Amino acid sequence: MAVFLAIGLNLNPHEIPSPLLNKPAPVFSAPKLQTTARDGDSVPISSEPTLPPNETLSTADLKGQVWLFNVWASWCVSCREEHPVLNQFAQQKAVTIIGLNYKDDPAAANNWLNTLGNPYNISIMDQDGRIGIDWGVYGVPETFVIDKKGWVRYKHTGPVTVADVQQTLLPLITQLQGE
Amino acid sequence: MKSSLFILLLMLSPVAVHAIDAIQFTNPEQQADYEILTSELRCLVCQNQTIADSNAELAADLRRQVHEMLQQGKSRDDIVQFMTDRYGDFVLYKPPFKAKTGLLWLGPVVFLLLGLVAVFFVVRRKNQVSAQDSEQAEKLAKIRRLLDEGEAS
Repeated sequence: MAVFLAIGLNLNPHEIPSPLLNKPAPVFSAPKLQTTARDGDSVPISSEPTLPPNETLSTADLKGQVWLFNVWASWCVSCREEHPVLNQFAQQKAVTIIGLNYKDDPAAANNWLNTLGNPYNISIMDQDGRIGIDWGVYGVPETFVIDKKGWVRYKHTGPVTVADVQQTLLPLITQLQGE
Repeated sequence: MKSSLFILLLMLSPVAVHAIDAIQFTNPEQQADYEILTSELRCLVCQNQTIADSNAELAADLRRQVHEMLQQGKSRDDIVQFMTDRYGDFVLYKPPFKAKTGLLWLGPVVFLLLGLVAVFFVVRRKNQVSAQDSEQAEKLAKIRRLLDEGEAS
């Protein structure tokens, strides 16, 4: 009994395993967030295929490359904590970073990127939260890693830390880019 | 008197337990399905509430999703499948019985059986001990009797 209690107390009820793992990523085609913050765009990833300059971005455009999908919003408090980590990670140009601007106001989102920096190559807008539902998003921020085939290979709930980047994300991304 | 009547009325007033949406169905069956589904699906933000009870934004979005799918003529099973595909079994208040959830469903039965077995052994041991005790008491009495007889003679 005591053993069960100990196990139960050490589980985090907010960590819900994603049923999307090792399955094809949910498809989307969504309008890009038009932003005046250019940092993200100014760091193209050399070896990756370039993304089409359309008004919208779809999952099909991302086939053939490993990408990080980060759910964020300007109203999200823990995103503020995570943001510098993403900025720093983007500097390494290790992977394409796509943002899902979840249930946000485009002006507020643009303002956020201008003030805090833009780690995203592209952010897409999900104002009514439908893409979020398809991806099983229940708390922002959330971070997914998608492989070249377009399958979800990893999900992180809550703010990504420097340790998460070094110990989990980078090794995984390197491995997936080699596949 | 007036104030106690007021308090009584307050106690009798119905408590609003459902989050309020202006959701309309033309078909009463769909309305019923909607009510069943929203009270069986868990709000993942506020984990101990159903999406019917919760005012969280995600709950409102999920209610909208359920409403739309019913309007499109989707069945309850379709909608439950849609939700578990995205959020896993955790989204269901009544998780399905399968290998992964077996412990959850059978756990209480297993514990009950373990308890019964333990009770059985404890009771049996108690009986054995008391049987031994009475045997000893009988022997002692016999010895005492024999001793008494020896002293008397």
